[in-house]
Amino acid sequence: MSVTEQLIPASFEQAAAALAAAAAERRPVRIVGGGTKQGWGNATGVPGLELRTSELDDIVEHNEGDLTAILEAGVPLAQAQRRFAAAGQMLAIDPFLGDAHEATIGGIVATADSGPHRHRYGAPRDLILGITVALSDGTIARAGGKVIKNVAGYDLGKLFCGSLGTLGLILAVSVRLHPLPARTATALGVSGDPDALAAAVRELAAAPLELEALDVAWRAGRGGLLARSGGVQASARAVRVAAIMRDAGLTSTEVAEDDAALWARQRAGQRSTASVLVRVAARPTALPALLRAVQAADGTLVGRAALGHSYVELDPAAVEAFERRLPSGAFVTLLDAPTPLKETIEGWSPPPSEPALELMRRIKARFDPADVCNPGVFVGGI
Amino acid sequence: MQGICGAEHVLTHPDALATYRSDGLAHYRQTPLAAVLPGSTEQVQQIVRACFEAQVPWVARGAGTGLSGGALPVAEGILIVMARLRRILSIELDDARVVVEPGVTNLAISRAVAPTHFYPPDPSSQVVCSIGGNIAENSGGAHCFKYGFTTNYVTGLEIVLTDGSVVALDRDAPGYDLLGAFVGSEGTLGVATRITLRVVPKPEAVRTLVAFFEDTSAAGEAVSAIVAAGIVPGAIEMMDRLTIKATEQATGAGYRQDAGAALLVELDGPEAECAARLEEVLDLCSRERAIGIRRAESEDERELIWRARKAAFAAMGRIAPAYYVQDGVIPRTRLPEVLRRIDELAVEYNLQVANVFHAGDGNLHPLVCYDATREGEPERAEELAGLIVKTCVDAGGSITGEHGVGVDKKAYMPSMFSEPDLEAFQRLRCAFDPHGLANPGKVMPTPRLCGEVPGPYREHPLERAGVAARF
Repeated sequence: MSVTEQLIPASFEQAAAALAAAAAERRPVRIVGGGTKQGWGNATGVPGLELRTSELDDIVEHNEGDLTAILEAGVPLAQAQRRFAAAGQMLAIDPFLGDAHEATIGGIVATADSGPHRHRYGAPRDLILGITVALSDGTIARAGGKVIKNVAGYDLGKLFCGSLGTLGLILAVSVRLHPLPARTATALGVSGDPDALAAAVRELAAAPLELEALDVAWRAGRGGLLARSGGVQASARAVRVAAIMRDAGLTSTEVAEDDAALWARQRAGQRSTASVLVRVAARPTALPALLRAVQAADGTLVGRAALGHSYVELDPAAVEAFERRLPSGAFVTLLDAPTPLKETIEGWSPPPSEPALELMRRIKARFDPADVCNPGVFVGGI
Repeated sequence: MQGICGAEHVLTHPDALATYRSDGLAHYRQTPLAAVLPGSTEQVQQIVRACFEAQVPWVARGAGTGLSGGALPVAEGILIVMARLRRILSIELDDARVVVEPGVTNLAISRAVAPTHFYPPDPSSQVVCSIGGNIAENSGGAHCFKYGFTTNYVTGLEIVLTDGSVVALDRDAPGYDLLGAFVGSEGTLGVATRITLRVVPKPEAVRTLVAFFEDTSAAGEAVSAIVAAGIVPGAIEMMDRLTIKATEQATGAGYRQDAGAALLVELDGPEAECAARLEEVLDLCSRERAIGIRRAESEDERELIWRARKAAFAAMGRIAPAYYVQDGVIPRTRLPEVLRRIDELAVEYNLQVANVFHAGDGNLHPLVCYDATREGEPERAEELAGLIVKTCVDAGGSITGEHGVGVDKKAYMPSMFSEPDLEAFQRLRCAFDPHGLANPGKVMPTPRLCGEVPGPYREHPLERAGVAARF
């Protein structure tokens, strides 16, 4: 979208009024948080208003004893995490946050972005307790609550997760927190054989280990597994995990106590500046086929091994061939691509079925009847 | 309907319909025009389509164990009973998932994936309640503080919308999270006919104990200490003096009768982690003035400890002929003041209130006891139950943690949500069911119609220009 004007609302009311004013003029609005994922979704080139959440940046509540918090949309996640960590807690959402750690909670929710912790704690949708949004008719509405258990009303929080700002502006979310593990330790193992990696994943995923994360990485014909244990007995468990990896045929197995950098590297692999980066969701058992497709395309992969969620970096010329080799039932979402190329690559494949898409269009029409919130960026041109 | 399901699966006689007049909340009763028991997804689809064409409302019903009147029939509508759809379609443990039909019971899923795996959400009706009902209500259970709720385990659904169209939803599919919106929508957005669930490895070790305290506030302090230590038990359940008395009479589980509160703590996970954490919990309970602690040394003892907790609702019959159960949630740290307020209200209304709750997540289940033969007492009890719900909302909580709104709590919705909030809910409902045919009269406090969609979906100018036409 080409920006003709920028607005930085300082309150929920100002934000809602700005949306309503744009709707009255039928003027498209582009919503911006930390600005780290602006390229995601369809590139539209629509001229319009840029609405930034940078002044909606209050950590409204951190209820330590209840393990909950309320964050305004513009709060950088890294800043919130520092606050939670001081109380021995975390919000278990850990995507790549940008080079300057500028990604905001609002942007992360709107893109449903996640990281290695997804293995144990789920995606943003699983950790959001409530949401406050501004709609394009000027409404400010809230759904959910701030307690960790609540079934009153519809779960609009989940509906807004991953909606790319097309339903309205997320103003604030309430979230569930978890205790930071007392200690962590990561077991590692490598193999150039996709089947050996998959066998180790199968063993680890079925074992009662309560791993904090279980990731796979693949680059230049060689793959590795990373399994993070957490808790007071983390090191002993990591030794056990390494033994399972060894028995499954992985080599160079070891345990790293100081494991933060390993995981930061996995997260960084979820983004690309120069090449194409796609997110692939497939059955966990499709891992060998996926790794072979990556290898054939000379790509690299990081991902959540037991969930079947992977991030694949590819040369633009290799994308089509890669997708042809994918196991059936896989979903591919284009995240990053050099600008001119973005418009030539499918954003989502396969696209939603026509009945599902029709339902999504009806939802869009109810929540954003003026069709001004990030128009065109979503599936099916929503 | 007979043409779709066969005459024997369409019930219209008042005697045959008597079973279906209410769900687990028996004081709400309504006889539907007919109860229909489809035997396949296709039949469900045909029934819903027939209802759409005739503009007849319908209610889907699982096992009928719900506690909010969510499956209460509508007088002028059809009740679609999903009980015959109870096949487990596939078990795929290498992908940690199962595919089932909606009539399968909650417990049957855990049994199907045993002994290596289990399905964590465990409502106390799990022996009989159906997974389809769990999806409608986003059911919880004693273990959800650690493991999460139904919504965290549903990864795929096939749903029939009110116009009879079938939509497959997958958690990983592109687009809006329709799956997330559907789970917990109390049967008002459509009906699920095929369900894919995530299952998880069974914990290596389980350690269970019950600690007794002078009163609920001391027990509450112990819960706070456990949570502050970074421990996430598989379950933490609290019972007050009255509940202990009733359940002990019913089960003889050996709970101390002189205690003002019992705290059931269950830790599960890797063996060494569990053992280390158990010592911490024992230590913390002692430090918070526990007057006695009993550890389960065997699976039998564990079952005995749990038996008292699980019998809590049923055992209340020994205290009073009838009760209202509420399902409010509070931020856990507000527990002492909320329990104090409940005590004050009980004195003011001259009624007994027994408290049993999921202490980890602040989900209270106050049981307001009454005798229906006493003039005015049911009304007083209902009023008191309502004030307890209001107390929960005022403390920053919710009117319902796991039972759902249904018909029972819809009047309380405005205490928790503003008119714009409710309108936002209605937008979702109208996108799925513009004619209001699925489970009408539930969830929303007042009946409301869907306005016209503000114009049909319009082609965006950019689509016309060919700029944003692709997926």
